[in-house]
Amino acid sequence: MRRRFVIGKVLGALSTLVFVVIFNFFLFRVVNDDPINSMFRGRNLTPAQLDRLRVKFNLDGTKWEQFVAYVRQLLHGDLGYSLKSSRPVTTVISEALWPTILLVGTSTLMAMVGIVIGYRAGWRRGSKFDATATSLSMLTYSMPEYWIGMVALGVFAASLGWFPVGGLNDAGSTATGFERFFDQMHHMILPATVLAIAYVGEYMIVARSAMIDTSREDYLQLARAKGLREAEVRKHHAQPNALLPVVSLSAINFGFILSGAIAVESIFSWPGIGQQTAFAITGPDFPMLQGLFLMISAAVILANLAADLLYGYLDPRVAGR
Amino acid sequence: MKRNVSSAWRRLASDKLAMISLVVLVLFIVMAIVTPWVSSRDDINPVNTGGNPTWASPSREFILGTDYLGRSVALQVMWGSRVSLFVGLAATLLTIGIGSLVGITAGFFGKWTDATLMRITDWFLVIPFLPTAIVLASVLERSIWTIVFVIGITSWPSTARLVRSQVLSVRSRLYVDRARALGAGRAHLIRRHIFPNVLPLIMASTTLAVPISILTETTLSFLGLGDPTTVSWGSILNEARQKGAVTRGAWWYYMPPGVAIVMVVLAFTLLGRALETVLDPRLRER
Repeated sequence: MRRRFVIGKVLGALSTLVFVVIFNFFLFRVVNDDPINSMFRGRNLTPAQLDRLRVKFNLDGTKWEQFVAYVRQLLHGDLGYSLKSSRPVTTVISEALWPTILLVGTSTLMAMVGIVIGYRAGWRRGSKFDATATSLSMLTYSMPEYWIGMVALGVFAASLGWFPVGGLNDAGSTATGFERFFDQMHHMILPATVLAIAYVGEYMIVARSAMIDTSREDYLQLARAKGLREAEVRKHHAQPNALLPVVSLSAINFGFILSGAIAVESIFSWPGIGQQTAFAITGPDFPMLQGLFLMISAAVILANLAADLLYGYLDPRVAGR
Repeated sequence: MKRNVSSAWRRLASDKLAMISLVVLVLFIVMAIVTPWVSSRDDINPVNTGGNPTWASPSREFILGTDYLGRSVALQVMWGSRVSLFVGLAATLLTIGIGSLVGITAGFFGKWTDATLMRITDWFLVIPFLPTAIVLASVLERSIWTIVFVIGITSWPSTARLVRSQVLSVRSRLYVDRARALGAGRAHLIRRHIFPNVLPLIMASTTLAVPISILTETTLSFLGLGDPTTVSWGSILNEARQKGAVTRGAWWYYMPPGVAIVMVVLAFTLLGRALETVLDPRLRER
């Protein structure tokens, strides 16, 4: 991989991050001119108290001074304080991080089954398998993930009682070790499956069309002419090449699943980033929203960078020029 | 042009799924339009529903049952269709408008205009659009127009890219060179040569953008960012969840709005794909 390619991609990701920081500032200080006023609406504070709050939240001074203060704070890893809990935003986020990584990671792995299905459907385009898989993926694509969550809760938790209705653990549970682990798994199955169902279609459609594009290539004819069996052609010649578009779209999908987790986590009371976002909306808790937006964007930007670099590694033609 | 339209229509008409989708969409649009004639907005105003049974399951009087305030779920879904469809369509127009403008400008003018616009497009493409929409909607006034604006401003980049690449390929064709050599100005070139050739693509991508806009609208109102004075499919689901419809087993409260969303989104998606295939012959063999 050429150095120029890597440097270019890293700089691109950095510029996006800078854009997010400026956008974030612009949103909460310029679009909404006086956040203090809208945050404490109806609390009957005296002008002096409001001024003190403005100083506390760095909202005094000119816009430029505010921006400099905001960036300086950010570089120190300080995202301010949550209005609701008065705790540092970074603390709240770091507590919520692990449950989200667990949930989003698990459902991403589950949704990747779509790649296998998509390959098969694309390889045998027009077959009954293809028709069924394509229609099913369109159907799941059309369902809002939070609605799937509500239906799943209604059927499997409320009516059948197979799964708990929400949370990370049983309330008041003091279990440790394996017991605690199984309890968490039991709580996670439903939300993880819901997210996976909502996004399996995207993987499937991308993998299918990648496979269709690859299946027209001449080198597959050559492989067949060499006398390889169809299964070998698919496994060793078609699939590796059809992997490329799937890699780059996985990063975009990661962003979708992370976004989908916002509503799904709040339905299942899963104490992660998504639930915190849903909490922060009602209020609204601006410092919290600002920090969460920055965090989610940074995660997606990093995932994109990783996918770009992986793409360049897998397909040297892209990185070589 | 006229002949193209009629042959495109014939190909579309032979696609059974596309036709079913079209019928479903027409039915929903008719429902949204006639709702104010067959019922009054006050029928779902909690002030007037005191006499109704609460949490009633579907019956002859309330075909989809009632909610925790005794409001008819069927009427709420009907009124909700107006907001969900309107916001979905209006936001799509904005999305496609911004996307086409950016795409045509970047593709036609090239050089630094293209480089700058594409950099901005890439930024918007990478940052996750639902969180962006959420923070935008939460700093602005809660209204229908805010939702339209927020969806438009976050979802134009993919259209911009698509349109740009089409403009690039049209721009390099011989007849455009010929027109330029004959002294055609920029405005003429864009109006007579570039735009007509990009239009089919814009139309297909419009149909495919509608379901995304509708899904985003329902998600935003589900999260409580919608207009508090109106009913949309997302806000019905939000209320149903908050009042415990799921744990109560009141399926008639949360199933209908969800089924309505799925039907409309699926119909638009199927129709969009069919349209894309008709308008872009390269896709036909898929």
